[in-house]
Amino acid sequence: MYVAVKGGEAAINATHDLVAEARRGDTAVPEISVAQIREQQALACARVMNEGSLYDRDLAALALKQSQGDVIEAAFLMRAYRTTLPRFGSSEPVDTAAMAIRRRVSATYKDLPGGQVLGPTYDYTHRLFDFALMDTDAAVKPAHDGLKAPLDATMPRVPDILGAEGLMEAELPPEGDPRPFDLTRDPVSFPAGRDVRLQSMARGDEGFLLGLGYSVQRGFGGSHPFVGEVRVGEVSVEFVPEELGFAVDLGDVTLTECQMVNQFQGSKEVPPQFTRGYGLVFGHAERKAMSMSLVDRALKAREFGEAANYPAQQDEFVLYHADNVEAAGFVEHLKLPHYVDFQGELELIRRIRKEREERLARQNEELPEAAE
Amino acid sequence: MSVQDMIAPGFSDPVFQSQAAFRALLAALSEPGTLQRVTVAIAPPEGLATATATALLTLADYETPVWLPEALRNGPAGAWLRFHCGAALVDEPASAAFAVIDGAAGTPALSAFNPGNDQFPDRSTTVFVQCAALEGGAETTLSGPGIPGTRKVAPQGLRAGFWAEVRENGALYPLGVDLVLCHGDGMLGLPRTTRIEEAR
Amino acid sequence: MTIHKAPAEDTKPAYNYAYLDEQTKRMIRRALLKAVAVPGYQVPFGSREMPLARGWGTGGIQVTAAIIGPADTLKVIDQGADDTTNAVSIRKFFERTADARTSEVTDEATIIQTRHRIPEAPLKSGQIMVYQVPTPEPLRRLEPREAETRKMHAWAEYGLMQVKLYEDIARYGEITKTYDYPVMVNGRYVMAPSPIPKFDNPKMHMSPALQLFGAGREKRIYALPPYTSVRSLDFEDHPFRIQSWTEPCGLCGAADSYLDEVVIDDRGGRMFVCSDSHYCETRRAEGHRGTMLGDAALSGLVEETTP
Repeated sequence: MYVAVKGGEAAINATHDLVAEARRGDTAVPEISVAQIREQQALACARVMNEGSLYDRDLAALALKQSQGDVIEAAFLMRAYRTTLPRFGSSEPVDTAAMAIRRRVSATYKDLPGGQVLGPTYDYTHRLFDFALMDTDAAVKPAHDGLKAPLDATMPRVPDILGAEGLMEAELPPEGDPRPFDLTRDPVSFPAGRDVRLQSMARGDEGFLLGLGYSVQRGFGGSHPFVGEVRVGEVSVEFVPEELGFAVDLGDVTLTECQMVNQFQGSKEVPPQFTRGYGLVFGHAERKAMSMSLVDRALKAREFGEAANYPAQQDEFVLYHADNVEAAGFVEHLKLPHYVDFQGELELIRRIRKEREERLARQNEELPEAAE
Repeated sequence: MSVQDMIAPGFSDPVFQSQAAFRALLAALSEPGTLQRVTVAIAPPEGLATATATALLTLADYETPVWLPEALRNGPAGAWLRFHCGAALVDEPASAAFAVIDGAAGTPALSAFNPGNDQFPDRSTTVFVQCAALEGGAETTLSGPGIPGTRKVAPQGLRAGFWAEVRENGALYPLGVDLVLCHGDGMLGLPRTTRIEEAR
Repeated sequence: MTIHKAPAEDTKPAYNYAYLDEQTKRMIRRALLKAVAVPGYQVPFGSREMPLARGWGTGGIQVTAAIIGPADTLKVIDQGADDTTNAVSIRKFFERTADARTSEVTDEATIIQTRHRIPEAPLKSGQIMVYQVPTPEPLRRLEPREAETRKMHAWAEYGLMQVKLYEDIARYGEITKTYDYPVMVNGRYVMAPSPIPKFDNPKMHMSPALQLFGAGREKRIYALPPYTSVRSLDFEDHPFRIQSWTEPCGLCGAADSYLDEVVIDDRGGRMFVCSDSHYCETRRAEGHRGTMLGDAALSGLVEETTP
């Protein structure tokens, strides 16, 4: 008898082999190590940790290696692993005021306690190729006698300075200081609280948030921000185990925090104050933190009684579309077979066309031969 | 005496026992009025039928507040639920995700529990009604989703006016509580969609 | 290869049975029970990030993982066929994570996870259909905001949907929706049947099987208990009708099944074959012959085996 030729399983096995081969590339070139990626592609690792919602530099590096450097695929690997991890509880809030600063810049003050700390940044590099990097043994030798002076111990956050004067919108924990919503465990409903919005953006796609933040600047949301401060450095993470009842230091994480100072608001009750846009992300990821803080402020439109006419001001639009793993899944699912549905469309369009032709033919027959 | 000595054990194999119990619950609520049995042998705490205890072990946890009659709440059943499920026991019937009531007792009324709201009718309480028997009583005729035509049930030991309450609950549709009658290892589902035919 | 933890073997890190942790299964099970209690209503659930891509069946996979047990036999189909790559991939997932017994035989399966089709063979009592759903909200294309569509369902305000369908009739003489054709469930909720062809809609009405729907990316679960009224939306003067073909299946001669079109050359040559591969195979085993079996063998669609 005739049986259907089945190739699905064999094809899937073959593609797994082919992707392993493609990942390795030319075997004459030495294989890259996870440690090399972790140390030398740290900004890519930071992005994977943010969008994968998991702070683990080694796994981020492994994810990048396994995904051939595809950042969204790497974030996907992180998330699929993260979802299986047991949860022990929530850490104490990290204190970014006590951050061990690597970089700290403010656009609102020429100088301030602790000073401007440029730190490592591409901001003032001329984007000219450094062809010396083509050689792998180019040792890093500081070309300049850098400022080796130790940094100030106190680096107050700029919004706190403004806040002390009463000029900055205060941000207090909600009543009872409940545990923040966890959007990886519970379904989101709208309007979404600020904890949900910030969480969604912290793991959201950098490119998407960058575009939205840019749209706000260009007038699709009317924000007029100043960078109060961007700071990058290490903070310690503390956890209070139930059985101990006091905080234990779990170690340090690198964070980037951005606080934007926005157009002031006032009312009968409250004197005019600047409003805040906030961004906090893993690793050194300034573009992401800045974009997030622009969109955070835009999303506060409802709270401030502003019209929410533009995408960046609409929580449902931002939160549903910022997740690149979800977005990529749905966009790319279009390559799955859809021939059953397409057959339905074919049947319909052929029938409608046929009926139309028949109708036109009938009309032509019924027309008097007036033209002749 | 340790806590473990005082509190009866839960599932010996949580993964598979809860899976089997869930399928019985799913069948009970998707085919209302069919008698479903939980096949897992557990020793329930005093005051809970095997079926009720198994259902709570399967479904309740720290995310689902549970309402128990006062005597059960303050007795071994309350301690057992807190220990095995981590469930919060609440005083207010309307704040419970799950509730256990004695079918013969006059209170609380079914209307005391949360019927959900029009945008989220799923947020209603599921009430386990413990009764004297699931068969052999006066017949009641059911119809609605899950029932081809009509189906007769005959549980025993339900308070006077119980079926009228069930009918009123059904009138709230799509709001309303969902009921599971429990006795021994047997369960009989009465979701809010089930219509109670008028007795002739 | 099995990758879940065997009982009493807890030395190595491993995945839980059926991948999901027990807390997650409980959450999904609670949602499923509410879903059967309010047929056609979309229950929000805490959809987990899965190791398969969003939009590729993660909702159906989570539902199946929450219900499957050692006594089950699982069938997975995509486009009606057991051998499509994503169906193979999902079947493998459950073989690896839950030691699932799998089968292509519709009648043997206790759980049938599907994308885009309902099998041709009638379903029976005790079987569970699990649908993979990309867009659970039937009103989404008319109203993109969840906050609004939720109110429309709450108040059963479905006028917008009727208007949209009637606009089709005004423009094309008929409703042009060919798949994911909206249905009214138990006289109350308008529901998306998932992108099955409208050909399959009548199979949902009063089905003896339990039907569960999982939308992973959109984080919604909904259900049809057995024997539930499922009516495809239509108008008195334009009654609902399903697709039909002018020729039967080229392989098995079936005239009652949904057909896929296979292009066999670049000169307009085509043949039509059953989309339900198991149905087609069963009919051929029973001796039914389509007129194009020989051509199909030539083009590699089927091969002849020695009996």
